[in-house]
Amino acid sequence: MPFLNALVRFLGAVVLTYLGLLAVTFFIGRVVPIDPVLAIVGDRAPEHVIARVREELGLNLPLWKQFLIYLGKVLQGDFGTSVLSSNPVMQDIRRVFPATLELATLGTIIGAGIGIPLGVWAAVRRGGVADQMVRVMALIGYSVPIFWLGLMALVVFYARLGWVGGPGRIDVVYEYTLTPWSGIMLLDTALAGEWEAFGNAFSHLILPASLLGYFSMAYISRMTRSFMLNELAQEYVVTARAKGLSEARIIWRHALRNAAVPLVTVVALSYAGLLEGSVLTETVFAWPGLGLYITNSLQNADMNAVLGGTIVVGSVFIGLNLLSDLLYRTLDPRTRTR
Amino acid sequence: MTELARNDQTWRAWLLSDRPQSRRQASLGRLYSGWRTFSRNRLAMVGLAIILALIVVAVFANALAPYSPYEGDLARTRLLPPSAAHWLGTDDQGRDILSRIIHGSRITLFVVVLVAILAAPIGLLVGTVAGYAGGWVDSALMRVTDIFLAFPRLILALAFVAALGPGIENAVIAIAITSWPPYARIARAETLTVRRADYIAAVELMGASSWRIVFRHIMPLCLASVIVRVTLDMAGIILTAAGLGFLGLGAQPPMPEWGALISNGRLYVLDQWWVAAAPGAAIFIVSLAFNLLGDGLRDALDPKAGS
Repeated sequence: MPFLNALVRFLGAVVLTYLGLLAVTFFIGRVVPIDPVLAIVGDRAPEHVIARVREELGLNLPLWKQFLIYLGKVLQGDFGTSVLSSNPVMQDIRRVFPATLELATLGTIIGAGIGIPLGVWAAVRRGGVADQMVRVMALIGYSVPIFWLGLMALVVFYARLGWVGGPGRIDVVYEYTLTPWSGIMLLDTALAGEWEAFGNAFSHLILPASLLGYFSMAYISRMTRSFMLNELAQEYVVTARAKGLSEARIIWRHALRNAAVPLVTVVALSYAGLLEGSVLTETVFAWPGLGLYITNSLQNADMNAVLGGTIVVGSVFIGLNLLSDLLYRTLDPRTRTR
Repeated sequence: MTELARNDQTWRAWLLSDRPQSRRQASLGRLYSGWRTFSRNRLAMVGLAIILALIVVAVFANALAPYSPYEGDLARTRLLPPSAAHWLGTDDQGRDILSRIIHGSRITLFVVVLVAILAAPIGLLVGTVAGYAGGWVDSALMRVTDIFLAFPRLILALAFVAALGPGIENAVIAIAITSWPPYARIARAETLTVRRADYIAAVELMGASSWRIVFRHIMPLCLASVIVRVTLDMAGIILTAAGLGFLGLGAQPPMPEWGALISNGRLYVLDQWWVAAAPGAAIFIVSLAFNLLGDGLRDALDPKAGS
């Protein structure tokens, strides 16, 4: 039962890793220098008030019990209340998450849409133009600070050339005429039939999405190239050539199909990476998503919000990471026999 | 043939000897052939040159910087574009940007070296112990490593810094905590390849303790791969540190940390773009150099990995 085995392993890894994440956030929440009791009662409160509040917050319990209580709360989606917005953190996150999702999704679409063909091309013509491009793009992608590149792109494409909308998701003019249905701006405007607003939202989205897309493309094209090189050296390619199949058919229908399995995991990993990379990008583009929410909360020492955001990003990241592992194990028949 | 050239010949023969007479000759010979492979890689040499230049700049920052990195003339030199007097212009407090970048190189080196010193030994220890001990020790240690590997690094570092308080030392600790797991993985893989080797069995028979075997006979063999990985990671470390600085969580003002300089320049970026452009270019060049150096080292030390 190789699939069942893989599934059990997968679930075990998910539970363990997730427990690890929560243990770390719990630990971080405990070592914060701010005493939560003092924050509530102030430093002039009498002894017995402090003691009562401590008890109410459960701080008198042994640490493992506190952790269990914490676990229970988090699993129910209760991250506490944000000091900054005085809303439950979960409610805030639900509001800002679609913006991040929209950005990371378009980024991944751009990255995979250009990265995969480019990687294939680079592998087919080794040492050619595409091959050099893939190398240089990857090198730049690993070396350039994303927030700096974003700032420079804003200067060039927004301030100087005026090709795209500036920071934010949409111009203020459109912002309040719109009923947020999904929170995904392109979807909302399209469903409402507001094509002018759609165009405006798109002009705001395209620059940060292209920026994230670049990093995703650098990674995906490099991986595609190495997978394809691996496949093109296999014997079945020789067989296909001997049969007289056209080169295009060999490349796209035979080799790429076999490279697709590891590629799925690479795209999933890159998607997870973009969710994380959005923290800095959103800050630069004033994009009101989860990343900006986390950094704003950080700057205001709003620990509940920071840890809530960390858990959500961490969960998505861990989920995609392990899911891609599972996909790899089950989609590729060769890994099943071992 | 001159005396010097002949001397050169014998030296090379001694270094490349198939039958080294001493341990020192063997390791020097290895170093020499490694260097020959490495120095043939032109891009790697460029990377090395840039990093050496960075070290020189950091050491002689006081002599090289034309102005003070902390004091500017608010009345006369505020936000000036690049000119002969100020090669990279001045910032919002009239400070010379070139001087600030030169002094900032010290912080960059400090962060990179400290993270490497903290994270590499942790990874090396965890990996070699797990690989040599095997069994439940291996499972437990690797489980922890996998958990840390599955975490988003930047977010975790952010949360740690938020808890510890902003500052360059805490940023270093946060980055180190999040960057050791790959080293543990590599060290474990290397350990597993030598675990059943005859020479390990020989030292075991001679009665060496497990710790002695791990420290004296396994760790040295894992060092090369870990060093390569650390070098390749240095760009990532620099970028994370700069990201933390950009968010105001790393080095605090008025320290001329490069990420913080960009954050400051961000306020004026639409009109005075050079304030943010120059420090970002510095980060880019140094990260690029570390990547080139790492690639070169990998090819020189580990011929298998080269594609």
